Amino acid sequence: MTDRFVTRGFVGRRSDPTSPPGVDSGRSPADRTPPGQYLTRDFPILSAGPTPRTPLDRWSFYLEGLVREPVTWTWDAFTALPAKDWTVDISCVTKWTKLDMRWRGVSIDTLLEAVELDPMAAFAIAHCDGGYTTNLPIGDLVDGQAFVAWEYDGRPLEAEHGGPARLVVPARYFWKSAKWIRGIRFVDRDVPGFWESLGYHNRGDQWLEERYSGD
Amino acid sequence: MLNPIPWRIATISAVHDETPSVRTYTIALPEWPGHRAGQHVDVRLTAEDGYSVERSYSIASEPERTGEIDLTVERIEGGEVSAFLHDVAVVGDRLEVRGPIGGYFVWEASSPGPLFLVAGGSGVVPLMAMLRHRARAAAGARSTIPTRLLFSSRHLEDVIYRDELDRLAAAGDGLEVVHTLTRSQPPGWTGYSRRIDDRMIAEVLDPLGAGARTFICGPTPLVEVAANALDRLGLPRDRIRTERFGPSGP
Repeated sequence: MTDRFVTRGFVGRRSDPTSPPGVDSGRSPADRTPPGQYLTRDFPILSAGPTPRTPLDRWSFYLEGLVREPVTWTWDAFTALPAKDWTVDISCVTKWTKLDMRWRGVSIDTLLEAVELDPMAAFAIAHCDGGYTTNLPIGDLVDGQAFVAWEYDGRPLEAEHGGPARLVVPARYFWKSAKWIRGIRFVDRDVPGFWESLGYHNRGDQWLEERYSGD
Repeated sequence: MLNPIPWRIATISAVHDETPSVRTYTIALPEWPGHRAGQHVDVRLTAEDGYSVERSYSIASEPERTGEIDLTVERIEGGEVSAFLHDVAVVGDRLEVRGPIGGYFVWEASSPGPLFLVAGGSGVVPLMAMLRHRARAAAGARSTIPTRLLFSSRHLEDVIYRDELDRLAAAGDGLEVVHTLTRSQPPGWTGYSRRIDDRMIAEVLDPLGAGARTFICGPTPLVEVAANALDRLGLPRDRIRTERFGPSGP
């Protein structure tokens, strides 16, 4: 191993934003910032193309693929499912991390109560308006690890941020939190999604800094 | 399994002022594997005690240049990495660089069809790599692909690469550059003088037609307006490629 590289003259700013009042996770903001990330108070927007806008009366959400009976919800039925408030830290592969983001939505566990998964089902492919896809092992979505959100910070989720509804998987880089989600297809073999086919890591665990293929 | 993209140590070999707040850093990368126009790199700075920060910067230079790349960096107020680069880094300093990264916001001169580029401020950087690639494509045989760049800047002195864009557009090979200046215009200005809107997008796109490949890079409000306008004009969604930077990203 070579000695660690040091950038001449670099000291660093290190003025981490503090957590909002009322939220105390017991860990400092620095401890909650994955390697290579910086904290932001903004909610930056990143997408690869135009923002889709689907009217709510034409919106639906499905679970399909390796399930005994596929299921589809209308917007009204979907948002009438038992919802929860979630406060989570989010990290984007473009290097920003935002702490204590407040969402409202339905747990993937709750959605899965509506179907019987085939024992062969091992991976989930999120399908979205605009054609975006992302892949996750089912194990990364269950046990309270992921939800579909339609509110952010007490207001309907804006289209630029993935509204009317987006998947949120806080334990993975934010590209896995598919914007404009319309359904999940369960499959037996892994299929790389949009960014996973374009040089980004297949799993995307921000604490392991799994940014790019091969990391 | 793929190998990880390695961190490489690059040496700053030249620094060039583009505008009062934007500078281009040429960095020598002897082992650089090459890149595609539109891709970016990660830059990592590390302090003596191990504290480090990373940011992504678009590559401004064309793939035809070898052994070095240009990074054009805007100094962001309160920015940690951009301020270091502007205020501390000098020729001869070394930086850790990793890349190239990104496989969607890329353009090859061999791609068929006209090219429509829309930039706001330093969002022009990855698009400049495309224009430079276009000018040098096919080992000196210039591409004549009909191309238009719509470029929004605040003031004339903020126009990044202004002289080079003038030269490229004067070559008569099918490139036109259309500027809009949103805050102030010099006397006799004949270009646009407002923020990019639907009508401007339609007017500038018109000679290229709906078969154009489009790349949009800039602040989110500009990208939203331009991408939505092109969507409504009927361009296929996979030909409207966007890259955004928000108010953050120091």
